[in-house]
Amino acid sequence: MESEIQLTPSGRLKHFLSVSGLSRALLTEILDTAESFIEVGERNIRKVPLLRGKTVVNLFFEPSTRTRSTFELAAKRLSADVLNLDISTSATSKGESLSDMLENLEAMASDMFVVRHSQSGAAHFIAESVTPNVAIVNAGDGWHAHPTQAMLDMLTIRQHKGSFEGLKVAIVGDILHSRVARSQIRALNTLGVAEVRVIAPNTLLPNDVECLGVKRFTQMEDGLKDLDVIIMLRLQKERMQGGLLPSEQEYYRLYGLNQQKLAMAKPDAIVMHPGPINRGVEISSDVADGPQSVILNQVTNGIAIRMAVMSMAMSGQTETNTSRKEALE
Amino acid sequence: MTEQIDVATLIAKMAQDIETQMQTRGISTYEIVGIHSGGVWIAQQLRQALKREQAVGEINISFYRDDFTRVGLHPQVSPSNLPFVIDNTHIVLVDDVLMSGRTVRAAMNELFDYGRPASIQFAVLIDINQRELPIAPSVVGTVMALATDERVKLIGPEDLHVNIQKIAIQDN
Repeated sequence: MESEIQLTPSGRLKHFLSVSGLSRALLTEILDTAESFIEVGERNIRKVPLLRGKTVVNLFFEPSTRTRSTFELAAKRLSADVLNLDISTSATSKGESLSDMLENLEAMASDMFVVRHSQSGAAHFIAESVTPNVAIVNAGDGWHAHPTQAMLDMLTIRQHKGSFEGLKVAIVGDILHSRVARSQIRALNTLGVAEVRVIAPNTLLPNDVECLGVKRFTQMEDGLKDLDVIIMLRLQKERMQGGLLPSEQEYYRLYGLNQQKLAMAKPDAIVMHPGPINRGVEISSDVADGPQSVILNQVTNGIAIRMAVMSMAMSGQTETNTSRKEALE
Repeated sequence: MTEQIDVATLIAKMAQDIETQMQTRGISTYEIVGIHSGGVWIAQQLRQALKREQAVGEINISFYRDDFTRVGLHPQVSPSNLPFVIDNTHIVLVDDVLMSGRTVRAAMNELFDYGRPASIQFAVLIDINQRELPIAPSVVGTVMALATDERVKLIGPEDLHVNIQKIAIQDN
């Protein structure tokens, strides 16, 4: 279902809602496109005219600093006009419905909505039912998906490891509440790594997590063996309700990544974290700032991935709208 | 069909023309930039013919095209690489085929995003006079006339040769 709504009849991207249902070829195309955008970020004038005259609206129903600012930078580097709407403080508090607000924005000739929402499926709902002629990019919906974060992680892995073949990758921490983990697992499996593991206490793992195509570990000592890539997740304190953990100190002792635990993985293993980091909760400072950490590469790659996804979706959506207009004439 | 175009001879002639023009203009140092991908191949041949040590720059205009929403991006192509400063530098921009002029317009826009060149000369292997923009090359290998259903393509990067292909005309 998601794959159909995301693609044009010729298989080009027109919305980017989820990694699931997208082929390895398309994910690779996103990575390749992003790779060529990295060079733009190294120029004197970090701007190309690809989306000149297009309007991108950042619709953040949930607070976010990094994701919103990298989406904004990405759109600006593509020369688009960017409107940032902090919805929690605007229209919806006056009683306007989501549909009404979006239709108003569409009437202002918006070409793309970047949507972050606490409800799973929000971006999909907008693409399907509210404003199907606006390209929708999912910037995180509930516990469901955060596909651009997953793709920037894939780009970081490919840059450091060359390819996905034979890699053993573990995602450590709060899998239960993590849309990032869900998107990463799908992307890693589609791109063909050898093994995806999840490492967490049982209280932070979904019951049926194996059906996503992962191996479940509850002990770091077992799960970290022979790893090429370690992805640490943030302990989402705001989502910790109902005594899922005894204490942060206890969590750090058992699941926090420090030098001693890192030594159990392969010597050339890379350490990733989607940010923001809770130092001393899920990761120690010497690991986060150490030679195996690629956390800041992830941030840089985030801009390139978002440029790639935005330009591809805009191109596909424009093609769709053009052919629809021609059919009407 | 393959028209008998001797690419090597044309490149030798272009190299000579570039040298003459630079002397006339009193320019002693300059850089060569090829437009991806055919232009880069020609630029590399020109570099050899001119016995230059400096590497040629490569420019990829994918992000500057005026028709990307129609034709999409071509992500596999390699990014631009200009291993020298553009500001106040004399540039010889090189492409394989000049037709509408849209490609070289995009390439010049891109160059200006790297800096303000002192001057830009434009050297092209084949000039097909179907300009849609007021653009004229400074150095030309050969001029060629094409029927409306014909397109010319440089095949490379080894053993450069020119192909003329019949295309299906699409209604626009």
